[in-house]
Amino acid sequence: MYRESIGDRIVGIVFAFLLVVITLCVLYPLVYVVSASVSQPEAVVTGRMWLLPSGLTWDGYAKILHNRDILTGYGNTVLYTVVGTAINLAMTILAAYPLSRKDFVGRGVISGFLVFTMFFSGGLIPSYLLVRSLHLLNTMWAMVIPGAVSVWNVIIMRTFFQTSIPFEVQESAVMDGCNNRQVLIRIVLPLSLPIIAVMVLFYSVGHWNSYFNALIYLNDRAKFPLQLILREILVQEDMSEMQQSTLTLDNILEKEIIKYAAIVVANLPIFLLYPFLQKYFVKGMLVGAIKG
Amino acid sequence: MTKKKGRVEMRRSPPATFAAGRKPPPLLHAMRRNWDLYLLIAPVIVYVLVFEYYPMYGLQIAFKNFTAANGIWGSPWIGFDHFQRFFNSYYFDRLIRNTLEISLYSLLVGFPAPLLLALMIHEMRRSWFRRTVQTITYAPHFLSTVVVVGIVIMMLSTQKGIVNHVIEWAGGKPIGFMTDPSWFKTIYVLSGVWQSAGWGSIIYLAALAGVDPQLHEAAIMDGASRFQRICRINLPAIAPTIIVLLILNAGQIMSIGFEKIYLMQNDLNIESSDVIPTYVYRSGILGAQMSFSVAVGLFNSVINCMLLVIVNYAARKMNETSLW
Repeated sequence: MYRESIGDRIVGIVFAFLLVVITLCVLYPLVYVVSASVSQPEAVVTGRMWLLPSGLTWDGYAKILHNRDILTGYGNTVLYTVVGTAINLAMTILAAYPLSRKDFVGRGVISGFLVFTMFFSGGLIPSYLLVRSLHLLNTMWAMVIPGAVSVWNVIIMRTFFQTSIPFEVQESAVMDGCNNRQVLIRIVLPLSLPIIAVMVLFYSVGHWNSYFNALIYLNDRAKFPLQLILREILVQEDMSEMQQSTLTLDNILEKEIIKYAAIVVANLPIFLLYPFLQKYFVKGMLVGAIKG
Repeated sequence: MTKKKGRVEMRRSPPATFAAGRKPPPLLHAMRRNWDLYLLIAPVIVYVLVFEYYPMYGLQIAFKNFTAANGIWGSPWIGFDHFQRFFNSYYFDRLIRNTLEISLYSLLVGFPAPLLLALMIHEMRRSWFRRTVQTITYAPHFLSTVVVVGIVIMMLSTQKGIVNHVIEWAGGKPIGFMTDPSWFKTIYVLSGVWQSAGWGSIIYLAALAGVDPQLHEAAIMDGASRFQRICRINLPAIAPTIIVLLILNAGQIMSIGFEKIYLMQNDLNIESSDVIPTYVYRSGILGAQMSFSVAVGLFNSVINCMLLVIVNYAARKMNETSLW
């Protein structure tokens, strides 16, 4: 060991101090939202509540339970997330496994065929026209089929198959009379649970948080996912408030009370899963980084 | 497939190219032996053909006068008219200026932020401290765009937002952050840093963990200070990572995200928030000018592709690192 010079110590202390400040800056809005969700709306709107809840109340949460839009939105989002993630996972495995095999003739060509779509795409309008001509507009399938496979995730998964599952194991399974499908189902997938967990989390958080496909493909309110409802509550209402100054304070408070609670409720599953998310997302990101 | 056959054949991988083999049988044989792998990947290929390549085929309507009745193929060709109309339109300058300004601003502020964060976190010895900082700074990455923009709007609201309450309390005048065009870009960039700087630091931290500790020991023996070691050892060691990420980011300069800007946009700040993707959405989906907005979108993607190639070429010239 060596003795740190005074200068080195100062650098360490300055860095620690900066990190504390940065961390608090990141944390503050999150704490503020949670506190505001259980505070009296007057205290929030007037700025009396700035860190800790003031005048504890659960009214916001109670209002959410009676808000049909939010409840159906929640249900829709759960449905789209579960179905979408299942499709994503199946497609990703189906693409990644053959591409991971050295003896798969044509894998260079097929990889190129997939990777090209990462750099160039038809864009918004042609995709919209396609979905429209397939009569998927305003159906659940418009939420889960476009974007059914992410090439980037296929690359991550293929890399995992190649590096973490010894080819000899697959070879000996073939020797014992397995065909390729059996090798995939009986040997490869059971050994790939960590990467499958990563993929499930990647895709499901993506579905949970997305609003763009719903914005362009859905116009039936009964099918809206939670994020579109949140957009109305959090973004559009505020914009219209700004433009019309006729609203009374009571009107504003009435709407205000639900906003913070809605954010908390919408992120509840993510918050509960956060320890796993953090662990597996970091893992997945690093597997991807090896190739990238 | 018999046992023996399977084994022998899996070992002998097929010839890499047609030219090398000059006898197709082994290749065909390998294809036939692994026929079920093609079966597995077939759904993905069909999906990509339909949902990725077919829209590319649809891009031709940028050069046509598309009507739903005639379809993509049947609509009449009109050449570059839509492009010309876009270049001459009142919006052209504004769209290009906003797109470039927002991207460059994001690159300038958003790119160094995770790097600096990682360099600082890496210097911390106490693992509980590192873990706490990481856990908290990663968290906003998992929030949806809608929620992030919602929080931004609520906290910056002119009458009810906490930020303006603080400004008033300090004796200032409340600022209409969301309605003043001059604030739009700053809010966009800083909320982006808030959301993703922590997450972006992961990749640098992983690279920093790979730096050989012997380098640091030797530098300490030679009397290098901590700051010197960061600048002369850590930074050069992770330079390849930095450059690859910089290339990726620079290549994206014209492909700015639609989702967040669209949510933050309103009639009052549109002067500085209108970018090509939001314009395509407005004129294409809302305004039903399909061909015109495809032309605008195509113009954007072509520039993106060119940028990526140019930046990558420049990086390769200067430095041995590149994407391909």
